[in-house]
Amino acid sequence: MSTVIETHNLAKHYRDLVAVNDLNLRVEQGEIFGFLGPNGAGKTTTILMLLGLTEPTSGQASVCGFDPARQPLEVKKRVGYLPENPGYYEDMTAWENLLYIARLNRIPEGEARRRVTLLLEQVGLAADGDRLVREFSRGMKQRLGIAEVLVKEPQVLVLDEPTLGLDPDGAVRILELITKLSHERGLTVLLSSHLLHQVQQMCRRIGIIVKGRMIVQGEVSKLGSAILKERQWNFLVQVDGRTDALENELRSLNGVAEVEPRTGGWLLRCTEDVRPQLVSLVTKKGLSLLQLRSEDPTLEEIYLKYFREA
Amino acid sequence: MSVVFWKELADHFSSRRFMILLTIIVLTGLWATYSAGQTIRLDAENMPTESVFLLLLTSQSGALFPLATFLGFLGPLVGITLGFDAISGEYARGTLSRVLSQPIYRDSLINGKFLAGLATVATFWASILILVIGLGMPLLGFPPNGEELWRMLFFTLIGIIYVGFWLALAMLFSILFQRTVTAALGSLALWLFLAIFVWMVAKVVSDIVVRDPSTPEQLVQQANIETAVSRFSPNTLYSETVHILLNPVARTFGPVLQEQLSGILPTPLALSQSLLLIFPHIATLLALVAVCFAISYIKFMRTEIRT
Repeated sequence: MSTVIETHNLAKHYRDLVAVNDLNLRVEQGEIFGFLGPNGAGKTTTILMLLGLTEPTSGQASVCGFDPARQPLEVKKRVGYLPENPGYYEDMTAWENLLYIARLNRIPEGEARRRVTLLLEQVGLAADGDRLVREFSRGMKQRLGIAEVLVKEPQVLVLDEPTLGLDPDGAVRILELITKLSHERGLTVLLSSHLLHQVQQMCRRIGIIVKGRMIVQGEVSKLGSAILKERQWNFLVQVDGRTDALENELRSLNGVAEVEPRTGGWLLRCTEDVRPQLVSLVTKKGLSLLQLRSEDPTLEEIYLKYFREA
Repeated sequence: MSVVFWKELADHFSSRRFMILLTIIVLTGLWATYSAGQTIRLDAENMPTESVFLLLLTSQSGALFPLATFLGFLGPLVGITLGFDAISGEYARGTLSRVLSQPIYRDSLINGKFLAGLATVATFWASILILVIGLGMPLLGFPPNGEELWRMLFFTLIGIIYVGFWLALAMLFSILFQRTVTAALGSLALWLFLAIFVWMVAKVVSDIVVRDPSTPEQLVQQANIETAVSRFSPNTLYSETVHILLNPVARTFGPVLQEQLSGILPTPLALSQSLLLIFPHIATLLALVAVCFAISYIKFMRTEIRT
């Protein structure tokens, strides 16, 4: 596997403000990389530097083997970029918008028409191609955006918050579309999103950026076990009956490190397997056990942990 | 660049505000031609017969401007209309980052837009002139001669450069302000200043420099200062240029002393001589366009595009 996107101590300063600070990022060929971080952490600035839309203050970046600061055109030929809140020419139809982008990429007219028709079909807008973009809903615009970045047949997709402002169903559909298309075409995807649950399902590797610094980068599963070094087991418990005093008794169990209330139950973070003690405690108190389930760390937990530490 | 050019050109020709502006200008052009037709007989007596056709553009009846002045007044409006949202509009729609993440040079966007604007202006100016020529022929009963056609062609070129300045200025503002409304208001304000207030400023300045002119020399000096100050405005450059170009008898800009006129043959100037007279004006207009465009170019190449 070769590295497609790589940065070395990349930094961007705006006068006194440090937007991106010594960022080291590595994205491998063919993977979907989750680029996470709170608003204003420097994600968009990093992406702009990767595309040569803004110049880094210091450090280097390499995309598909080209330096975006020196050869932006070579990078832009190979990278499809969907900005946060992409805008379209509202007085033109979806078809014309895509065709304009195709022409800017110097794709021959016949080939451009073929690609645009095909892509509109793939993102489910075949019937709306001749409608003006101003009539489009937000979800349709995002799908049009996905079609647009694919017009140039890129090797890399850079998607900045493609699910921003979409309803849950629309967001999931966009992400599914991205996953499907990237598998079909063998695309490398750099995805920034706040939908941690979906990102966890889509991405093998993630990077978390806070205040311009990449605080952690790696495989989701490894990051998960890293934060659970001491607390190997997580259990979700739900019981029925009078549960007033139970929480304190759970806390006092040997091996339970943390008790976190959840709807209708608790999440226990434990240093050892406490299931036998737990079951006997519940039965001793005359309560019935509804659910006892072991839980893997979610990306949300990983994210919050690193975010709070930073 | 040609892709941007053709797209912008199509946008201009199909945009509603351009249609409105074109309608207003064509209608007023028709009116101006009509009223010129009323007074052309009187004016023609002072004009050499071989350039009577040009009177269609310059003859003034009553309160109505002659067409050339009228175009000089409304031309800037066309330029500003075509330019004020060139870049700011792309910011507002959020299309700029999408377009600039395509493999095109950044300057081809602004070049394409500027050229498309110029092409629109050229089409508009040329069609009005052709319209006037067409209307003028039955009105006067004879076609324009070669010399008159050449003068009208140069008139068109100067018009394009002049409106091109306003286009470049509006584009500069649209890059500097990034907000469509601010860009539009900024360029309109500057237009008003240069079209109207610059005369008052020139008057004030000349009054301050030469107080109570009593001798003819002082009067001339005062008038010269006034002209010099008002020439900071492209409107003055345009009107002086057009005055010389469309009026072959004219050979001076400002006031002339009686003794300077002695010995001058009152014959019309050849086209080449008229052009020689206005060459500095044309060069200045071109330079103004170039400066405006260069500043926009440099500014645009260095801005960071976030939306």
